[in-house]
Amino acid sequence: MGSITLEKVSKSFGTTSVIPEIDLEINDGEFVVFVGPSGCGKSTLLRMIAGLEDLSGGRIIIDGKDMSSEAPAKRGLSMVFQSYALYPHMTVYGNIAFPLKMDGQEKSAIDKKVKDAAHILNLTNYLDRRPGQLSGGQRQRVAIGRAIVRQPKAFLFDEPLSNLDAALRGNMRLEISDLHHQLKTTMIYVTHDQVEAMTMADKIVVLNAGRIEQVGSPMELYRSPKNVFVAGFIGSPRMNLIEGAEAAKHNATTLGVRPEHIRISATEGAWTGKVGVTEHLGSDTFIHTQVDGIGQVTVRTDGDFDTKHGQPIFLTPDPARLHRFGADGQVI
Amino acid sequence: MATLQTRATARIMMSPAVILLFLWMIVPLVMTLYFSFLRYNLLMPGTEEYIGFLNYQYFLTDPAFFTALANTLILVGGTLLITVIGGILLALVLDQPFFGQGIVRLLVIAPFFVMPTVSALVWKNMLMHPVNGLFAWIARLFGFQPIDWFAQMPLFSIILIVAWQWLPFATLILLTALQSLDGEQKEAAEMDGAGAISRFIYLVLPHLSRAITVVILIQTIFLLSVFAEILVTTNGGPGIQTTNITYLIYMQALLQFDVGGASAGGIVAVVLANIVAFFLIRLIGKNLER
Repeated sequence: MGSITLEKVSKSFGTTSVIPEIDLEINDGEFVVFVGPSGCGKSTLLRMIAGLEDLSGGRIIIDGKDMSSEAPAKRGLSMVFQSYALYPHMTVYGNIAFPLKMDGQEKSAIDKKVKDAAHILNLTNYLDRRPGQLSGGQRQRVAIGRAIVRQPKAFLFDEPLSNLDAALRGNMRLEISDLHHQLKTTMIYVTHDQVEAMTMADKIVVLNAGRIEQVGSPMELYRSPKNVFVAGFIGSPRMNLIEGAEAAKHNATTLGVRPEHIRISATEGAWTGKVGVTEHLGSDTFIHTQVDGIGQVTVRTDGDFDTKHGQPIFLTPDPARLHRFGADGQVI
Repeated sequence: MATLQTRATARIMMSPAVILLFLWMIVPLVMTLYFSFLRYNLLMPGTEEYIGFLNYQYFLTDPAFFTALANTLILVGGTLLITVIGGILLALVLDQPFFGQGIVRLLVIAPFFVMPTVSALVWKNMLMHPVNGLFAWIARLFGFQPIDWFAQMPLFSIILIVAWQWLPFATLILLTALQSLDGEQKEAAEMDGAGAISRFIYLVLPHLSRAITVVILIQTIFLLSVFAEILVTTNGGPGIQTTNITYLIYMQALLQFDVGGASAGGIVAVVLANIVAFFLIRLIGKNLER
């Protein structure tokens, strides 16, 4: 019970248009990730769905009902904020119970729901603590707990992991994905980190300057990006985007080839170049090479590949996995 | 301040200021203590002699003392009540974005810059005067009998004047506290279904609690010694209805020329202030620890 439809939704602050016009369909139970560079309007879009920001035009339909001008609390959504926004003077219990208390539910019912949520999120031992006495990950879980007790139609996450360190972020990513499988509730997740988008989403919405560039499953976006922006944004390390003569040879303005789709060899290949910086990650090696007539090309290869700075090198792109883009940036 | 040497240097460098401040405090205190045990009346020079606790006995058994004590507490309590509640309301209003916000904020803060004597004179002669005052004019406009503020409700009038002066201070402190409230918390509460009143009770008020305790502490320190407003408006009257401890001591010293009795009163006031401070610090200590 949580399908959300955006119809021609737009937003402008004064005369500057932040989101020109967006149509989007989010199905019940889907994990949708809005991803894009900072300032692309993804947080604004989320806040508009939440009701914290007014629409300048269009309609937001939740479960078949037009909620465009409904108050945030009436929309049946709950949100996890970037700063967690926990109430500092309340205990963990008080924080999680707050939405239920505001809903006017009975004490015994509240108690049961809070304990259930605490159990799911491993917070049972921390119910008497205040947010100030918790670690970042625990605070994050309290914020999620406060969101799930309301049994909302959908969860909204606004960059929830950006305040955590890398290791914890990996953990929380798993926990949130797990939670989604447990609850099967619609989730909308905003992030600027394409790794989070790729690993968690059922459906990724790539936003750029307030426009939707492409919508699709992570592998769809990876395999067939519609345009240069999506091609460059999804995938790590970034896709090599080659312009000029080499691109023209393939009848394209921009030629895209992912680092993992280039074969590297010390003896023979289509392109010749020199090795620049090599990054050893253990499992993989990223080699930044300078290819003659093309420029900087990044190659991803296995962890045991050994090179020296300045060593001549030969590269061969996989012809089946070349992405060709026209002058308008769209795929050909 | 890591090594012994830097620590010793620091102590030496600090000592002039510390010693000066200590003397500044201790000399008047000791002199007051000393005078409080003497019969020392300026009308009878040369008769100074040690009289033990007689000054204290007279001061503490003076029926005016209890009236003054009650007046002092009512004055402090009443002013705190008005300034804290008014300050919260004003801060809430000033926190909203509206046209001319800067000017209005400046105007709200302005009374704090007016000297107590001047503001008391303005209130006495221009606002509360039963014949020429603005309030009397407004009352007559609606056909009511003007109130003679300083005759009919003298202590309340003083409380009003003092509260007017301290309202900006409370507003300012509370406004800054209000502005430090995290916007996302408010939005979270909004999403959790809390209405404006619930948000105020569960979110804003707890957030302001520290600021409120600070306001109460600082104001109490200054309000215990309100003097100029009383001197300028009522002279402690009618009778002793607006005499607080400070004013009572002033009457002892400078109207009755009884230096010994006034000194004893001063020491009593110091003790009282410390009792108040003791309870306040305990209350605030609890509040600030969180």
